[in-house]
Amino acid sequence: MRIPACLLLLLALSAQADDFAAARQSLIDELQLYAELARDSDTARFSDAVMTAMNKVERHRMVPASQRPYAYENRPLPIGHGQTISQPYIVALMTELIEPDADDVVLEIGTGSGYQAAVLAEIVAQVYSIEIIDALASQAKSRLESMGYDNITTRLGDGYFGWQEHAPFDAIVVTAAASHVPPPLIEQLKPGGLMIIPVGGRFTTQTLLLLEKTDDGEIITRQHGAVRFVPLTGKR
Amino acid sequence: MRRLYPATLLVSAAAIGYELLLMRMLSIVQWHHFAYMIISLALLGYGASGTLIALFRRRLERRFETAFATSALLFSITMILSFALSQRVPFNALEIVWNPWQFFYLSAVYLLLLVPFLFAASCIGLAFTCRRFAIGRIYFFDLLGAGFGALLIIGTLFVLVPQDALILLAILPLIASLMMTIRAPARTKLIAAQLVFLALMAAGVPQTQLSLRISEYKGLSQALEVIDSRVVAESSSPLGLISVVESPTVPVRHAPGLSFSTRHIPPQQLQVFTDADGMSVITRFDGDPVSVAYLGDITAALPYALLDAPRVLVLGAGGGQDVLLALYHGASGIDAVELNSQMSELVAETYAGFAGDIYNDARVRLFTQEARGYVAQSQDSYDLIHIGLLDSFAASGAGVQSLNESYIYTVEALREYLAHTAPGGMIAITRWLKLPPRGSLKLVATASEALAAEGHDRPAEHLAMIRSWNTSTLLIRNEPFTESDVSAIRSFCRSRSFDTAWFPGMRPAEANRYNKLAEPYLYDGVTALLGKDARAFMQRYKFHIEPATDNRPYFFHFFKWRTLPEVISLRQVGGAGLIEWGYLVLAATFAQATIAGLLLILLPLLCARRDWPGGTGPRMGSYFLLLGFAFLFVEMAFIQKFILFLSHPLYSVAIVLSGFLVFAGLGSAWSEAAAVKLEARGYQPVAVVAGSIAALALVYIVLLPVVFERFVGSSDLFKIILTNAFIAPLAFAMGMPFPLGLTRVADQAPHFIPWAWGINGFASVVSAVLATLLAIRFGFDTVIVLALLLYAIAALLISTATPARA
Repeated sequence: MRIPACLLLLLALSAQADDFAAARQSLIDELQLYAELARDSDTARFSDAVMTAMNKVERHRMVPASQRPYAYENRPLPIGHGQTISQPYIVALMTELIEPDADDVVLEIGTGSGYQAAVLAEIVAQVYSIEIIDALASQAKSRLESMGYDNITTRLGDGYFGWQEHAPFDAIVVTAAASHVPPPLIEQLKPGGLMIIPVGGRFTTQTLLLLEKTDDGEIITRQHGAVRFVPLTGKR
Repeated sequence: MRRLYPATLLVSAAAIGYELLLMRMLSIVQWHHFAYMIISLALLGYGASGTLIALFRRRLERRFETAFATSALLFSITMILSFALSQRVPFNALEIVWNPWQFFYLSAVYLLLLVPFLFAASCIGLAFTCRRFAIGRIYFFDLLGAGFGALLIIGTLFVLVPQDALILLAILPLIASLMMTIRAPARTKLIAAQLVFLALMAAGVPQTQLSLRISEYKGLSQALEVIDSRVVAESSSPLGLISVVESPTVPVRHAPGLSFSTRHIPPQQLQVFTDADGMSVITRFDGDPVSVAYLGDITAALPYALLDAPRVLVLGAGGGQDVLLALYHGASGIDAVELNSQMSELVAETYAGFAGDIYNDARVRLFTQEARGYVAQSQDSYDLIHIGLLDSFAASGAGVQSLNESYIYTVEALREYLAHTAPGGMIAITRWLKLPPRGSLKLVATASEALAAEGHDRPAEHLAMIRSWNTSTLLIRNEPFTESDVSAIRSFCRSRSFDTAWFPGMRPAEANRYNKLAEPYLYDGVTALLGKDARAFMQRYKFHIEPATDNRPYFFHFFKWRTLPEVISLRQVGGAGLIEWGYLVLAATFAQATIAGLLLILLPLLCARRDWPGGTGPRMGSYFLLLGFAFLFVEMAFIQKFILFLSHPLYSVAIVLSGFLVFAGLGSAWSEAAAVKLEARGYQPVAVVAGSIAALALVYIVLLPVVFERFVGSSDLFKIILTNAFIAPLAFAMGMPFPLGLTRVADQAPHFIPWAWGINGFASVVSAVLATLLAIRFGFDTVIVLALLLYAIAALLISTATPARA
């Protein structure tokens, strides 16, 4: 009797895995559709690299069990400690906007669930990620290890001063908006590097701040509406 | 009867006290606008009690004392139990846009909180129904109790934390229950139940269940998640729960609008949360200006690039950030005005050493007062009137403030500030910059109108605005900006990579340089608002950016219905952040309250239709409905009007609310005698009363602004006396129509009394929400005029419903 039971369990697990893979693919299709709608973001289509990465990362393994059924819906989900796993659309857009390359070294401030770090790690060479909430930092560390991400290094601590030992970075992703962009992070960005910061509430990202450090060290920022929304109607 | 009156008073006092206390507690654990929604709907318990009594009237009449005592006891128990249970419901207001289950949780919360109000209202409704020969008296004690309850809870909250205040309040209906038990037939069981509850209270059981479970998404909860952070000081008052958080391992660094070009880092700061959110900071200052050099690189520093050693007035001094800014820039004198004394004490006393003792600096004078009130009575003039960021980005971003009245950013306020600027002086206002711009543009529209009203033909020449990626600073000068001013603005912005949004003579190419937006929204918007087609621009704009006025003081209201479908359709791609939640929640509350009211009150009324003599049913039902609406409209509008005069929203609520209730109570006690006299002379009493209310209210609309201006500088005691002198005759008259109608119904159709009570309760709830919706759209004066119209219709209804008594 034991063998059929094990078989059933295996079948059930593989069926669930298939369900998640199908749900993930469906989410990817949805994201691509939204990218075309949101022309204001300068991203008429998400790149193949970003979409492949999004399709590889198992979001359902990064959320609490109670949220697993919603893991592939395009919305932020609570992960405890007052934090959320970001909306997939926003993760894809942020990843796209920093133009990641295979040999890039990226710093992330705010590991959270580890989802953004995992998506980045699918594309770039190395991701360093800092988290200030103890419980989230340890959960994310063991989760990312168990998922086989050996190119992500995490630590618990203050993200304000970046991670000097590994600086400079090709890109920096700040996943929680602060009142200002920390000067040490700007310093640790390579000339020509990009930094992205979502602005808004935990469940409602509104705009994305993209900061560029030019080759001569000048800082220029662009603020992307996450959506195509023109505040005026009719004649301007 | 000797026991019924004080018992009614105690229940009524506890009910209004509980309502205000719930608002306080729910504002701490959730957000202000959801607190408002939950309580509004829970108050439908008042309406439902009428239905309940009507359905079981015969049985209840036979056991009046037992029913009253049981209801009062259950009120006492459920005040604690319902709140404790409601805290266990996993409602997350922020997730409501994504997760439909949140509506279910929200309903569960307000259904739980409806229960205590149902029992409280049942006590009063039973008294009206079963002792109908004393309706005027009962109503008097009901209103007197409500007035007393409002004052009691506000006073108590200065001494006790909300949880302890709840226990204290719960004792009032318990005493009422004990008083009514003495003559109740089933007293043995009742006394046993009361003793068990008392024993539980004495053992401290309820207290253990009442710790406030603050939403994990509020600023305080999030701050405490950071490693090693902890609350180092806490104080509670009716104005709010203030919590100071220290985070030694990961220090907080709060510097809105800090330049990308700066090399200066803010020093250690303490976070200060009000009601677990709305963060401000106290900055460590060791006396060395270099340690706070970052203050030279924020947009709010702009006016100091134009003024030399100015005399500064800081409105909303909070944690002292803007006072430190002024000191850093060498201000010659600083008057700092802060509403909340707890906040001032933190900087002036508790953390004086940490904050560099800035409030004891010889150049600084601290005033604990409301900003508008201070300015109105001040004889001083200033080179700079500075209004910093008084709210958190999150609060501003989620549109949660849209229901908050703010008299700081109105046309009249800016005119008042301008009148207090020295020649060449200016007002500087820094706001969070939202995209697409809302508040920043509304401020320009408001400033432009204020300048025009002050006789400046070309407002554009008096305005300058700059922006960082997340803040904007507007300067309003009482004289046109000079060329040297303009070059100082240019130079200030260039060296800090700030964008200019407007200054006289600005070229389009100078906009949108450093922090690039898809379009130069702010420059385009300001240019349009200062041009000839400003009106058309405001109409075309997808957010409400028309100037805020004292009559419509909703600066943070940006919502337009026509924008909603577009924003909703963009939800999946980040559009949720564009939704102005406060207004939508209010509209949803109105819809839900109306539907729930129809189901709970009007539907049973229709189902139980019978032969109502003299057209009592529909006609008198409408009468009590209109009275409920009219009373609340007038009361709410006058609370708002007196905020400006009493210089404090809390005093206004406490004094005006209790004044209205107590004087209306007196009016109700005198109503029967007055009716007899008036009828003897051939007058219709309600028509006379409605006429008096209308005359008084209309006179007040014209008279009050003049009186306020003349006496705003008087002592608090005098202002309170004057306020009551104005309220007394109006409220006295307003207390009469309800008992007069009820007495009339009691004569002809006693079974209609509980319906009247229920309908009136329902109207009171819906009207509170509706009054705010109307005030946002049309202003408070319109709300008053509408109320007078409703009184007139009510008078017409009652005069044609029954023949006048012989």
